[in-house]
Amino acid sequence: MAVTRKTRSDLAASVGLTDADLIAMYRTVALARAVDERIWILNRAGRIPFVISGQGHEGAQVGLAWPLERKKDWIAPFYRSIATCLAFGMTAQDILMAQYAKASDPSSGGRQMPGHYGNAENNLLSLSSPVATQMLHAVGIALAAKIRRTGQVALTSMGEGSSNQGDVHEGLNFAAIHRLPFILVVENNGYAISVPTSKQLALENVADRAAGYGIPGVIVDGSDVLACYRASKTAVDRARRGDGPTLIEAKVIRLTAHSSDDQQTKYRPEHELAELRTHDALPRFRDELRDAAVLTDEIETGIAAEIKAEVDAATEHAEHEPDPDPSTAMRWVFAEDWPSEMPPAWGLGGHRAAAGGNHGTAGEGHGTADEGHGAAGSEGGGR
Amino acid sequence: MALRTFIEAIRETLAEEMRRDPSVIVLGEDVGKKGGVFLATDGLWAEFGDDRVIDTPLTESLIVGASIGAAVNGLRPVAEIQFADFIFPAFNQILSEASRMRYRSNNGFGVPMTIRAPYGGGVHGALYHSQSVEAFFTHIPGLKVVIPSTPYDAKGLLRSAIRDDDPVLFFEHKKMYRSVRGDVPDTDYTVPLGRAAVTHEGKQITVVAYGLMAHYALEAADVVADEGISVEVVDLRTLRPIDKETLLTSVRKTGKCLVAYEDNRFGGYGAEVSAIVAEEAFDYLDGPVTRIAGPDVPGVPYNHVLEDWFMVNPEKIAAGIRKLAAY
Ligand SMILES: Cc1ncc(C[n+]2csc(CCOP(=O)(O)OP(=O)(O)O)c2C)c(N)n1
Ligand SMILES: [Mg+2]
Repeated sequence: MAVTRKTRSDLAASVGLTDADLIAMYRTVALARAVDERIWILNRAGRIPFVISGQGHEGAQVGLAWPLERKKDWIAPFYRSIATCLAFGMTAQDILMAQYAKASDPSSGGRQMPGHYGNAENNLLSLSSPVATQMLHAVGIALAAKIRRTGQVALTSMGEGSSNQGDVHEGLNFAAIHRLPFILVVENNGYAISVPTSKQLALENVADRAAGYGIPGVIVDGSDVLACYRASKTAVDRARRGDGPTLIEAKVIRLTAHSSDDQQTKYRPEHELAELRTHDALPRFRDELRDAAVLTDEIETGIAAEIKAEVDAATEHAEHEPDPDPSTAMRWVFAEDWPSEMPPAWGLGGHRAAAGGNHGTAGEGHGTADEGHGAAGSEGGGR
Repeated sequence: MALRTFIEAIRETLAEEMRRDPSVIVLGEDVGKKGGVFLATDGLWAEFGDDRVIDTPLTESLIVGASIGAAVNGLRPVAEIQFADFIFPAFNQILSEASRMRYRSNNGFGVPMTIRAPYGGGVHGALYHSQSVEAFFTHIPGLKVVIPSTPYDAKGLLRSAIRDDDPVLFFEHKKMYRSVRGDVPDTDYTVPLGRAAVTHEGKQITVVAYGLMAHYALEAADVVADEGISVEVVDLRTLRPIDKETLLTSVRKTGKCLVAYEDNRFGGYGAEVSAIVAEEAFDYLDGPVTRIAGPDVPGVPYNHVLEDWFMVNPEKIAAGIRKLAAY
């Protein structure tokens, strides 16, 4: 007798989702990893000068972003947020375009370093480099949501090192006072570049600080996608009810060096690097979905093929898009052009650097393939 | 027409803009029930309530940072920094975030936000309640910086600032709040950003000023007029984007330029004005571009003798004019 396949697994039911949701989540985690691995290869191949990315954070990011409503709610991401951005409406191509910094890069038109995502269409706020500044923007977005009664929730994410910035204190305090629909996600990967958590905070957990603001502080295993989903769902529901903000700390791992300008073997012990993969959300989620019979060989193979095609196409597209034209470099300082804001003496256009264009090559001062860290990263490998 | 003090003009404009546009909110320290330490927001809380007139904690970075977020999500925040001297905890949010949002997102996001702050000395405010901070901000592409000198301009420029789609810093000289009066029409007029005004016509020397110094420049012009020196006064009103046309037209006519500003002389806003004049009106100049500016000490000292020594006043400007006229 043929077994009738249940349309909704117990696993999906346990989190109030459908099997299709779980598969879509898995696909997003896997896509983020594939995009991430691709951009490191492109960096090592000298095609893109710089990479900062989120391998080891993807499962948490997808679980945490999933309960938010696309094109309604807001996320102020950070530089590791590839999976967050993919879960919230950006595409693999959008992410690749940012790496290549091409004219049609939807994040910044090639103006920002890779990793500085943003997309007005998807309510993903443009981010800058000084860490944690986006904290206050997300709080302000939540404030506007409350005043305008839009029912929106604003989430921002950052690393545990960044959570020490004063803006985080000012923002949590204010969000708590006004019970704003706001969620702070701290993706704790144990390091701020080279500095371990023990030298960043005296507490075990960033989430313990929540008590000081009178809000819930939740700790969640970042390799457990559905635990992250549940924690975020609770926080989103609470925010929408008008009960105020939540601080969620996801314990994640950093599978790569801080960035392509960093040499992590200098400060991370070998055994730590060796056992990192055992805490990786991607294989764990895959196994979980397979055990629950949500993911079958057939589905998995199909997804893998789709992802490869998508990432290949995105790379191909980004490679061939034109660079920004210097004649546009004075645009959007303000909404309108001002005659007194003048171009430089050498005008606009015609003065591209003679060699190399936008592509990092050995000797240009960007990370080279064999060195593994930048020769002249502006902060001595600290970006 | 009605006669208004400088601060009355500000207060009325805030109320009118809030009535006109429900997306305008006011936030800052003590701006609610108290109505601000200078009473610039007096009455707003009673009329518009907790949602739109927000007493923030003592957190300048949040005042600006949350305004950026609120602006991105559909509001037009008017943030008050209690004293310009205390804007520096928010400097990073203004420099790295507000001013760059549109450029860095290739026009994906804009920040329609106004930051108001009382500035300036001569009020026994000492080092930390007297500063002129405009040069830190006029240096930054992506920010508009406005310093009005009359109730008429304050009203017209504040309307323009609030309705503008980019971040505007709006500095108000605190000594002028109650000492300066002027006629203000009852109409919904605006004064466009980026336009200077020739407030006194003359032939021999152009004096460029803004804020309190725009008044002192007029007084100095009157004093030297009796001595036969004809001075033209240009009140810049918007420091950035600067109205080069009005500035250069005047200097090309008079052939001499003196810039009066209250901030420390070295690297102050007047240095940029001087450079523009030197670069773009060199052929017309009959004398060195001259600055009459605050001395290069770290702040305005408190004791009245020292404070008087620090402050640029009509006599000091007049002395500078005489010297330049004789050149
Ligand atoms: C204000 C500021 N200081 C320093 C830096 C340089 N920097 C970039 S990322 C980083 C470490 C951040 O660590 P963490 O917040 O834990 O995030 P992670 O990179 O580990 O995900 C540092 C020091 C910066 N970008 N901004
Ligand atoms: Mg970290």
